[in-house]
Amino acid sequence: MKKQKRLVAGSVLAMGLLAWSLPTMSPAEAAGTILINGAGATFPFPIYAKWFSEYHRLHPDIQINYQSIGSGGGIRQLLAGTVDFGASDVPMTDEQLKQSKTKVLHFPTVLGAVVPTYNLPGVSKELKFTPEALAAIQLGTVKKWNDDVLAKANKGVKLPANEIVSVHRSEGSGTTFVWTDYLSRVSPEWKAKVGSGASVNWPTGIGAKGNEGVAGFVQQTPYSFGYVELIYAVQNKMAYGSVRNSSGTDVKADLASVTAAAAAVAKNMPDDFRVSITNPPGKDAYPIASFTWLLIPGTIGDPVRKSAITGFLQWMLADGQKMTGALSYAPLPKEVVMKETGAISRIQ
Amino acid sequence: MAVSAALSESGAPERTADTLLARLRTGDEAAHLLTLGFAASILLIAGLLVWELFSNSVDARRKFGLDFLLTSKWDPVAGQFGALPFIYGTLITSVVALVLSVPLGLGAAIFLSELAPPRISDALTFIIELLAAVPSVIYGLLAVFALVPLLRDPIQPFLGRVFGFVPIFQGPSYGVGFLAAGIILAIMVVPFIISISRESLLAVPTEQREAALALGATRWESTWHVVVPYARLGIIGSIFLALARALGETMAVTMVIGNTPQIAASLFAPGYTIPAVIANEFTEATSDIHLSALIELGLVLFLLTIVINAFARLMVLATTKRGTTHP
Repeated sequence: MKKQKRLVAGSVLAMGLLAWSLPTMSPAEAAGTILINGAGATFPFPIYAKWFSEYHRLHPDIQINYQSIGSGGGIRQLLAGTVDFGASDVPMTDEQLKQSKTKVLHFPTVLGAVVPTYNLPGVSKELKFTPEALAAIQLGTVKKWNDDVLAKANKGVKLPANEIVSVHRSEGSGTTFVWTDYLSRVSPEWKAKVGSGASVNWPTGIGAKGNEGVAGFVQQTPYSFGYVELIYAVQNKMAYGSVRNSSGTDVKADLASVTAAAAAVAKNMPDDFRVSITNPPGKDAYPIASFTWLLIPGTIGDPVRKSAITGFLQWMLADGQKMTGALSYAPLPKEVVMKETGAISRIQ
Repeated sequence: MAVSAALSESGAPERTADTLLARLRTGDEAAHLLTLGFAASILLIAGLLVWELFSNSVDARRKFGLDFLLTSKWDPVAGQFGALPFIYGTLITSVVALVLSVPLGLGAAIFLSELAPPRISDALTFIIELLAAVPSVIYGLLAVFALVPLLRDPIQPFLGRVFGFVPIFQGPSYGVGFLAAGIILAIMVVPFIISISRESLLAVPTEQREAALALGATRWESTWHVVVPYARLGIIGSIFLALARALGETMAVTMVIGNTPQIAASLFAPGYTIPAVIANEFTEATSDIHLSALIELGLVLFLLTIVINAFARLMVLATTKRGTTHP
């Protein structure tokens, strides 16, 4: 029992030291600068972090803190009024907008895409996936790699007769939302049985945590199939397949084909920017893509905060968009940028 | 108390020593109040915890009632939540962990306390206590990159071939699943069992061993029939601690269990545990009923821990009564 006591004493001491080392007051607050707090989506966190630090460098009196706690958390904190703005990979539902005390405006910031990835020993040629094949694999109706649904789209590729080991994201994520949103659009059966959401009731397959979990599982497990964010696949040099879009072209995801997907729907963009761009029209459009949004309150009481937030939005739509490529995010199409710039004046 | 009684007997002026201020000055009362406060704060925290879990899960409790514990469909899109697969997964992984770690931990503790030379024993114990401080995400990574590939091929196919007639060793081998989670949990909890059991064994008076040896017992007989039963309480305590850690472990488990809410007889099958699903879905739970269901899962885990602990305590009580005179 002595050891146990020592363990306890040690951990109490460690916790005390930890609490002691945390600053009680941030230096920015002390200097009288404007602190803006935001929280939400994890997917755009790298570009947001870059934007906020760059903006702070340009405007030393404005500091924007961002906690990447997940889209659901971002919406929740915005509704509770504990943050100045939220961020989400999923547009807020009408029901959620009704819960809000003030109007909430959506501002698209960058684009992301989700790609199918796989591990097929002995197959070096890149696979082509049709919408039917993707839905059938995820529903579990296609069990083997050499099934006709896959073979028809991949003539000349010798597909093995092994079982498909399917893997999906275990934690709720915007990636899963985009993927299931796409499947719901192209497969009525998927829509009826599973539907779309950040977490869904998967008919088959194994859940792995995070992009890295899915990627790790696919790389380790022969004959496996999964989906990851485009940025993740690019940065880790993973093999991924092309997807047949609504015009019947096989398109591989890259920054250009993702921006093309957004451009295809930009003409019919609703005024509140809440739009899904999965399975869009257009020959060059990659079909599994999505905006990610900043959620800004429609009325900001404090004029100093208001001008800080609107100032940032102006900058993000102009200079900020030029930084996206370096971090593998697809920039917004011109039409969307113009429309958004006009919408900034709606913040009161 | 004896001191103050002696003081008050010795004469009238010392009576003032009984005033609160004076007692505070001597430290007795201060220590009493302070430690009472500390003890009460633990109860307060536990009480607040239960209250928060209870009050925030009211939506889910109202909507699903007892079905929450008895159904197994978990569908965040449709708003249908049943916790059975998660309860099952939590219990199974903990049982696997204990089945593997208790013999291993107890055996190691006996060797370290009774048989090993003191210098080796101290060195090994130091290393074992270091293991207890490794963060669980490190164990998780270890499991993902080393354990899971080994389990997928060759360990699980081998078990399937040899023991395939038992349902728990049947089915396809993905590597991830109940067995992987149970093994990594066993590795994580074994340092607790070894460390605390060794301390309890060392605390057994030498006379006990000498008496057994004097009666003609061999070294092993004296260890197994006298020393281990004498240290029984401490050993069981170490197992409780291990079980509590196994029930609540999140990170390492979610990395290797396969995160599939299903009830499968096979240990090779992927499953899910309560802490894992809470960690996975809490951040992105946008609907109120989803959040409420996750909080109710937290409440279920809390109750599960209490029930298991109460059961274990009853077991200790029962064995103590019919056991030796040692408390």
